[in-house]
Amino acid sequence: MHTGIKPIGRERFALLLLLAPTLVGLLFGAIGSLLATFVISLLKWDLISPPSWAGLGNYLGLLSDGLFQEALRVTSIFSAIYVPGTVLVSLGVALLLNRQIRGLSIFRTIYFLPTVSSAVAVGLVWSWIYGRDRGLLNFLLGLVGIAPVNWLGAQQVLYSVVIVNIWGAIGTGMVIFLAGLQAIPRDYYEAASLDGAGDWAQLRHITLPLVTPSIFFQTIISTVNAFQAFEYVYMLTRTANGASNAPTLVFSIYRNGFNFFRMGSASAQAIVLALIIFALTLLYFWLERRLVVYE
Amino acid sequence: MSRSLSLPAEPTRVKNRSRRLRRVVLDLITYALLLAGSLVMVGPFVWMIATALKQPADQFSRSLIPSPATLENFRRLWELLPFSRLILNSLGIATLTTIGQLLTCAMAGFCFAVVRFRYSRALFLLLLATLMLPPQITLVPNFILFRWLGLIGTSAPLWLPAFWGGAFGTFLLRQYFRTIPIELAEAARIDGASLLQIFWKVYLPLARPALAALAIFSFLGSWNDLLGPLIYLPADLERTTITVGLALFQTQYSGRWTVMMAGALVSIAPVMLLFFVAQRQFIEGIALSGVKR
Repeated sequence: MHTGIKPIGRERFALLLLLAPTLVGLLFGAIGSLLATFVISLLKWDLISPPSWAGLGNYLGLLSDGLFQEALRVTSIFSAIYVPGTVLVSLGVALLLNRQIRGLSIFRTIYFLPTVSSAVAVGLVWSWIYGRDRGLLNFLLGLVGIAPVNWLGAQQVLYSVVIVNIWGAIGTGMVIFLAGLQAIPRDYYEAASLDGAGDWAQLRHITLPLVTPSIFFQTIISTVNAFQAFEYVYMLTRTANGASNAPTLVFSIYRNGFNFFRMGSASAQAIVLALIIFALTLLYFWLERRLVVYE
Repeated sequence: MSRSLSLPAEPTRVKNRSRRLRRVVLDLITYALLLAGSLVMVGPFVWMIATALKQPADQFSRSLIPSPATLENFRRLWELLPFSRLILNSLGIATLTTIGQLLTCAMAGFCFAVVRFRYSRALFLLLLATLMLPPQITLVPNFILFRWLGLIGTSAPLWLPAFWGGAFGTFLLRQYFRTIPIELAEAARIDGASLLQIFWKVYLPLARPALAALAIFSFLGSWNDLLGPLIYLPADLERTTITVGLALFQTQYSGRWTVMMAGALVSIAPVMLLFFVAQRQFIEGIALSGVKR
């Protein structure tokens, strides 16, 4: 690749100036704070008394920490539903929207609304909809004779909150898939159609293979988002004492770090979270080489 | 975007007609599914608005049209919470965040797209790798850093990091800058423009759509943020943001749904307005970030 202009003489300083904020961010914001997280994870530190060395104590503590294991379980179930759910539903919506229909932009706006709305505001509405006794959802279900469900009760709340998260993520996924779908050259379909391929065959042999790069991208984005889930969890699953009925890992980090001021343990959990995301990324890239079709 | 519907000529008319019938049926199914989905997407918003306009006594009525409709809830809202203050706080933080992101991401994005320098690719890939690093992972050291700087309780920890760039924004703008023919930069160079001039006078004005997209992303991200203000700002209604205000409201006035929905409505109204005005840039921005180039 030989495009681009080369800085000469004093322009090197200009280049450095332009890159300076990013370099600072990379050095301190990303790499530095990741290292710092690791170092703090080896300490016992409540921010009041000076930190003391804990070695692997925080990590060993996690092994017997019931709340952490609960968070790990919740996050796993959450991601296992959220990632495929988001990818499939938004791909489905994009496929429908890509069928040369009227009103594309109206539908696109509608499906996009939740994405731009504050999760706190929308979380309030959902807590109103999900209410057990007076909630809209149970009312609607009652009309067709379904007994009321305690959507925000300890048993169901995890699934209820995943649904809201998927609902809020369809917009972004749909736009990414639409871009991928529209990038597929029309002549492929025309050629296939001449060869007698029907709609179904075209979908299976042209559309789906060629949209795999978008599926790959969207899967990674969704995974990172799944592990970041916080707002809806905070709004829909909090109990009276500030704990959660469906504590995700980020909720657990927040609780430990900023309610209990256990900086070491919170950092150890953050490192575990980073390792999980790293491992999944490696897995996805390994899968990419086998499954993703680039033109 | 050419949406031509060119089906090849069919040999027989019968086959043609059965095809057309199939098409109509498929279209009907498509519209039915999309409409059903739309109801699910819009439903909560409709319910929010309907409840916000109902009288408190009618909050459990299931009708979609409030009768009589009232603005009483909005007045109550301003009585119960210093709502203007919360909005101003959020607005200030979101504006500073947006400025920081636009400036620093454009600077770096320009370098990666236009300038040839050593380690450019390695640096860019490193930056992209940080996309996989959720900010929540580094919450603790950032909190300790800002504590050491004596900035806890101020809004600085919420907008200052926007001034050290960001992987997403840099990536987005780099993608856009790369669609601008490099000959433009070369021509400006020959005319004697310096690197900074090429950036400021040639590339930045051309990147307006992408800058608009990033502006919306940054503003929204900041406006809707809950975790940041929860950690850094005092839980004091004069100094926190609208998201935390609403979350506090949920615990303090639980059961007063009409007022709560009015609050939710007020908090998303500015964002909705922004979205309707600039949705093309916004949606194209997302599409741009998802396209491999």
